[in-house]
Amino acid sequence: MSIVVDNISRRFGGFTALDRVTLETKPGEFLALLGPSGSGKTTLLRTIAGLDFADEGHVLFDGQDMTGTPAAERRIGFVFQNYALFRHMTVADNIAFGLTVRKRRDRPAKAAIAAKVAELLELIQLPQLGDRYPAQLSGGQRQRVALARALAIEPRLLLLDEPFGALDAQVRKDLRGWLRRIHDETGLTSIFVTHDQEEALEIADRIVVMRGGVIEQIGTPAEVQSAPATAFVSSFIGETNRLPVTRRDGGAIIGDGLATVRDDARGQGGGEIHIRPHDVELAEPGAVDALPVTVLASRPIGRSRRITAELAGVAEPLTFDLPVAEEAAAGQSLTIRPVRYRIF
Amino acid sequence: MLRRKRRSALPGFGLTMGMTIFWLGLVVLVPLSALVIRAAGMGWDGFAEVGLSPRALAAYRLSFGAALAAAAINAVFGLLIAWILVRYEFPGKKLIDAAVDLPFALPTAVAGIALVSLYSENGWVGSLLTPLGVKVAYTPLGVTIALVFIGLPFIVRSVQPVLADLGRDVEEAAATLGASRLQTFGRVILPAIAPALLTGFALAFARGVGEYGSIIFIAGNMPFKSEIAPLLIITQLEQFDYDGATAIACVMLVLSFAMLLFVNLLQAWRAKRGTR
Amino acid sequence: MSGSNPTTIESPWARWTLIGVGFLFLALFLFLPLVMVFAGALAKGWQVFLDALVDPDALAAIRLTLLVAAISVPINAVFGVAASWAIAKFDFRGKSLLISLIDLPFSVSPVVSGLIFVLLFGAQGWLGPWLTEHGVRIIFAVPGIVLATVFVTFPFVARELIPLMAEQGRDDEEAARSLGASGWQTFWHVTLPNIRWGLLYGVLLCNARAMGEFGAVSVVSGHIRGLTNTMPLHVEILYNEYDFVGAFAVASLLASLALVTLGVKTVLEWRFGIHRAGAAH
Repeated sequence: MSIVVDNISRRFGGFTALDRVTLETKPGEFLALLGPSGSGKTTLLRTIAGLDFADEGHVLFDGQDMTGTPAAERRIGFVFQNYALFRHMTVADNIAFGLTVRKRRDRPAKAAIAAKVAELLELIQLPQLGDRYPAQLSGGQRQRVALARALAIEPRLLLLDEPFGALDAQVRKDLRGWLRRIHDETGLTSIFVTHDQEEALEIADRIVVMRGGVIEQIGTPAEVQSAPATAFVSSFIGETNRLPVTRRDGGAIIGDGLATVRDDARGQGGGEIHIRPHDVELAEPGAVDALPVTVLASRPIGRSRRITAELAGVAEPLTFDLPVAEEAAAGQSLTIRPVRYRIF
Repeated sequence: MLRRKRRSALPGFGLTMGMTIFWLGLVVLVPLSALVIRAAGMGWDGFAEVGLSPRALAAYRLSFGAALAAAAINAVFGLLIAWILVRYEFPGKKLIDAAVDLPFALPTAVAGIALVSLYSENGWVGSLLTPLGVKVAYTPLGVTIALVFIGLPFIVRSVQPVLADLGRDVEEAAATLGASRLQTFGRVILPAIAPALLTGFALAFARGVGEYGSIIFIAGNMPFKSEIAPLLIITQLEQFDYDGATAIACVMLVLSFAMLLFVNLLQAWRAKRGTR
Repeated sequence: MSGSNPTTIESPWARWTLIGVGFLFLALFLFLPLVMVFAGALAKGWQVFLDALVDPDALAAIRLTLLVAAISVPINAVFGVAASWAIAKFDFRGKSLLISLIDLPFSVSPVVSGLIFVLLFGAQGWLGPWLTEHGVRIIFAVPGIVLATVFVTFPFVARELIPLMAEQGRDDEEAARSLGASGWQTFWHVTLPNIRWGLLYGVLLCNARAMGEFGAVSVVSGHIRGLTNTMPLHVEILYNEYDFVGAFAVASLLASLALVTLGVKTVLEWRFGIHRAGAAH
């Protein structure tokens, strides 16, 4: 199913959670809503689910306007951050809940419900635990039960709010791959909210980067990393050195003027250059974009060497990675060149 | 039995524990055992003659029946009041919240004369009910009304914190799974607060069975009809029939301890189930 | 995020219907009786009301009620502090049994609470003959009233303080001890300031019940006017003599006490975060 979010705004008192947000998903896509807390990503997810309602704008499922439809009638699977399992019901009853609350004429027979539950328990690899209560499960198991419960109603769309937020690091890693496999098997359009860029980069088809109720960029993991649309995206995703520059006549002057790089956008006035640590190589003095630096510290990390260096006239130190074989002692002068950089 | 498990850096265990046991024994345990010993000395026949006499049985029936009915009424309205206090905003909410404890604070005799004045034939409420053929004062219905007054805070205060702690996400989960609001209440919210509701019910019921002050004014105190068990004890005492009073008191004591045990087991079960 | 969550809140008409039913129920069962008390007291004007209060028997009842509270509340306060110190600051076996025993008076009918003292000290009771011989009167006299009141109000302070002190733990006291404070210094300077609002809360509820107790006191008092009549008993006598204004006048004093108690209690709950320690009061 495809979802269109059209010009949605939502205010809570004086706080604007969503400011004219527009978004369109492709059928079968796995979309991540990524942003810091307060960016509006959870509000957007809840608005799509019908748990929250926009002040302005529309939500369309396959071209059908769902803006005013309550959650109960949207047939979407929603996985809550803390799972929201029903504590007084067994795992099997939790999974069956969505089927048993249907009106009599739509409700499957008891045997059919039991079969569906068994099938889902198999899918989440917990076939033996149907009789347990949520309190008797581990965090990762609860997460999987919550997903099975959401899938039981054969949703048109799967929404997950910080699906790994409450889990410890190792379980998170395992569940990520598993969730991606479930998504590929079911072919459901899925949207998940996260504040963890690594998570988004690893499993999403496309990432929606949000800040302050506004979408900063929508793109594939490769796009948001290599071609960030804004300074925020560039600094939020991946490691970045941010240095102040003065832009003049197609060049960007860093620090006190000893270093200048090309500015193809030909901007004017103050700006900010973003250089990722692994986008730096050694260069000859006087080469194009060459930056003279003084090494402050150097330590080998795996196959590269992480160097912290000082650029004359710049307060913030610059961090970059060179091959581990490049010896660099503190106090030594080096000339480096950013292979890729962006000026905002 | 009451021995300390390990040494503590704090002093005063011996002194305070000594005071506790001494006072508990003197004020509570010795007097209560006087009752039990006296009852035991009566022999079964003597005990049953008064304790299980038709008049006593009628009194138990009224005390327990009215307490049960009042607790049931309060289970419904107490839950409703706890619900609106936790879930909704409305003017006067804080005042209402504080006022729920009025029956705890108001002396029972005061409640008693106020209720009978309201519900008697020419009282504010009674005069409205009399034309409808409903007689409240001096009937079992009056006893029930007094016990509704007494029992209300038990239900509200038992349910309120549990309802407040109930995560909204569980209700939202039910909604996304297609449940109507009524289904969510019946299948998700009610089971979650049921133990607390039952605890409040049992507390209100236990209090109602033993209640005296708020009832005697509004009850007709007619033997076999509107005479409650505690009043029967007083009647026996006034006739200097200590054995009779003891027998009835013992029956009531056993029943209220059974309720206490029930509440404690309920609490333990709630703790075990992890639903507070 | 916001208080108005459209999914977990009912439609306005359902909401206002529920609120309306709740208001109606409370009006009928809580507010109307309270209004009745004051309306009854002032039914024949202020003068009759005041006359009823300065009646010598009424004054004697007020004096006795204050006396009984002045004796039984401090006794239970001291007991409550001692019991919660022993229970909350130390580990020992049988703790939950001890707590249950302290709570016991709450589950005994007031009339039975009075009866047990009659069985002990009454003319036909265990110690009755011996007491008569030595000219000591307990039943149908002030000591019996005090005893019965101490019994019914026994758990109030302890049950407020035990959870409070258990929650605060031993750290503060152990720190004070390690700094060289004596046991009493630790109690006065560390523990007591920590529990003072909880103690006040317990004392407040204890006092309300002590002044308002009816059933237990009724059994042991003998209803001797001017001598063994407390305010609630005086209300009963006046009411049974069809002196409704007099009954409601004295009752209105007790109702005012209840309102003050509720007010202070509410302030303590809001300002100092004192929690209600369970519903059974």
